[in-house]
Amino acid sequence: MTMTTTADIHEPTFLAGDEFSIPTFRLLQQDGTLFEGATAPELDQAQALAIYRAMVATRVLDERMLAAQRQGRLSFYMQCTGEEASVVGATAALDDADMIMAQYREQGALIYRGFTFDEFMNQLFGNELDYGKGRQMPIHYGSRKLHYMTISSPLATQIPQATGYAYGQKLAGDGQCTAVFFGEGAASEGDFHAALNMAAVHEVPVIFFCRNNGYAISTPSIEQFAADGVAPRAFGYRMHVIRVDGNDILAVHTATREARRIAVEHNQPVLIEAMSYRLAAHSSSDDPSGYRSKKEEEAWREKDPILRMQCWLNEQGWWSEDEEKALQESLRREVLETMKRAEKRPPPPLDSLVTDVYADVTPELQRQLDALKRHVRRYPEAYPKGARALDPDVQADDTAAKGEK
Amino acid sequence: MPTMNMLQAINNALDIAMGEDDKVLCFGEDVGSFGGVFRATSHLQEKYGRARCFNTPLVEQGIIGFANGLAAQGSVPVAEIQFADYIFPAFDQIVNETAKFRYRSGDLFNVGGLTIRAPYGGGISGGLYHSQSPEAYFAHTPGLKIVVPRDPYQAKGLLLAAIRDPDPVLFFEPKRLYRAAVGEVPEEDYQLPIGEAEVIREGSDVTLVGWGAQMEVIERAVELAEKDGISCEVIDLRSLLPWDQETVAESVLKTGRLVITHEAPRTGGFAGEIAAAIQERCFLYLESPIARVTGLDTPFPLTLEKEYLPDHLKIVEAIRDSVNF
Repeated sequence: MTMTTTADIHEPTFLAGDEFSIPTFRLLQQDGTLFEGATAPELDQAQALAIYRAMVATRVLDERMLAAQRQGRLSFYMQCTGEEASVVGATAALDDADMIMAQYREQGALIYRGFTFDEFMNQLFGNELDYGKGRQMPIHYGSRKLHYMTISSPLATQIPQATGYAYGQKLAGDGQCTAVFFGEGAASEGDFHAALNMAAVHEVPVIFFCRNNGYAISTPSIEQFAADGVAPRAFGYRMHVIRVDGNDILAVHTATREARRIAVEHNQPVLIEAMSYRLAAHSSSDDPSGYRSKKEEEAWREKDPILRMQCWLNEQGWWSEDEEKALQESLRREVLETMKRAEKRPPPPLDSLVTDVYADVTPELQRQLDALKRHVRRYPEAYPKGARALDPDVQADDTAAKGEK
Repeated sequence: MPTMNMLQAINNALDIAMGEDDKVLCFGEDVGSFGGVFRATSHLQEKYGRARCFNTPLVEQGIIGFANGLAAQGSVPVAEIQFADYIFPAFDQIVNETAKFRYRSGDLFNVGGLTIRAPYGGGISGGLYHSQSPEAYFAHTPGLKIVVPRDPYQAKGLLLAAIRDPDPVLFFEPKRLYRAAVGEVPEEDYQLPIGEAEVIREGSDVTLVGWGAQMEVIERAVELAEKDGISCEVIDLRSLLPWDQETVAESVLKTGRLVITHEAPRTGGFAGEIAAAIQERCFLYLESPIARVTGLDTPFPLTLEKEYLPDHLKIVEAIRDSVNF
């Protein structure tokens, strides 16, 4: 057993928390050139362009869907704007079979892994093709095929789950790890402590990726914690940690690649704190003008991670203005077309109200569903979605149910 | 057939499950080499290694959060919460995560492999924080299954069923009976059904419903009632979620009377749910009001726990009142 050991002292000497400060890892300047002495990660043109496309697609999707929400076509939306480099840069450094457990602002990870706009739209509109069967609010995506755990609204619950998931991966011995995303606000929840402590004690291959974007809804990080961000907490757990410029795609990618190596080769958890800024509102229900200045936002807009990467691609001779224009146009068109398709699709069948609560529908749930169907058929105009989603062979069920009563 | 106490039966079930499937893991506070504070996991670490049976840090929300992730990954975790009183730090993980994993993802992901074991109940001079019966909080949550064994035979058969059940199961163990209940337990692997009540005594005048440690108390009350010439039908619910309405309703249609008993406080207790459901189904057949014999609406006391608990005398009084209504 290893115990904490300390050198003896014989005077009451306190160490102050503010003595800890952690440097920020940066490679790329806003004009697309590297810092002096910095080396870009090995990234070939194809992968660099795939990353860039995913970042741009995330931005386009977010802009169009926020507009759709404002038009009343969508009940709710959350944007990734300003944090695309953090999310996509990290995802591109993972193996495609590594599990991602996200908070709710990581659509860029899904886009990078190949989730289609149709798949996004089906979830956003909760139609019959939504993998989640229209049960959750918009933006709660999930994909088993793409190793992306379905989003859960309660904050930070995914963090200890990631530790458990990754422990299972370690036992399975397939060389995979789990990357879990969360904001600096979520790091205040008890789940964060539980997750990091258990991961360090049990030597679990998990990457804790904190998107420090400055605000938890309206609460600025300065009211969230007194320390130098989230990163110093890793010392308390004896864990590897790095702070990175979250708007610097090359730095995020390099840091995550190295974190994955530590996680998988040494079965050690790693904490990454990506310093960024949430350029958009917290959600479509939030108005940031109530708690921060336009000036502050403008200053961060000048550090736009997408523009920074575009400049770098131009420096490499891998991208042109024409290509940019064509990409933007085709993405916009695709978003609009897929949105129209998804809107027209019917809701999930009424039976899906009671499936997946348990592996099998219980007799009590079946009774409740049968009663509901009888009611909906009596008042179809009051339950238009339910009436539309009634299955055609209810007639038989109904006769049986009447007999039971 | 060997004789075992309830802890030995639980240990035996875990041993069988771990021996059969290397995806089964046991963990919790003090669960490792020490074998758990009640010794339910004795020798499992020796036998199956530290990777599959281990101590966790003292953090219930972490234990269940970890277990949720592990189960979603495809492992079969059996997480121990040292006392049911301490399950509340994990409440969010159980109610919002465990229970809803399959539903919210449209079955893309589920945590069906998860079993949460927790010793519950009074009668051990445990006071406020080592005696509670928190089942009703969880019985309000679709997606969970709740199982409570009454003796060693049930403990083994139901725990093996819980571990292999496709849904997450909360397994509340009556700790007063851990060593007190001794009985014959087959050595081999067997399962008892989850979701089915068991009629353990047939009778014609009144139906008695309980679960876990209350079954022993009910038996003592029934012996007294039978001396009065009252014929009692006794039902062990075994599973609280889902619960077996059919068996209870069928019995009440026959006897016309129902007495329900549990240790937890009365208000919002699970007896209220049973009473409501049964009067919906059996209203015209009832000869007397459905009676509840429960703990008081107070925290669980220390010195006066005998007074607090729904014992055989309180139950026999309820039986007499019901029959003589």
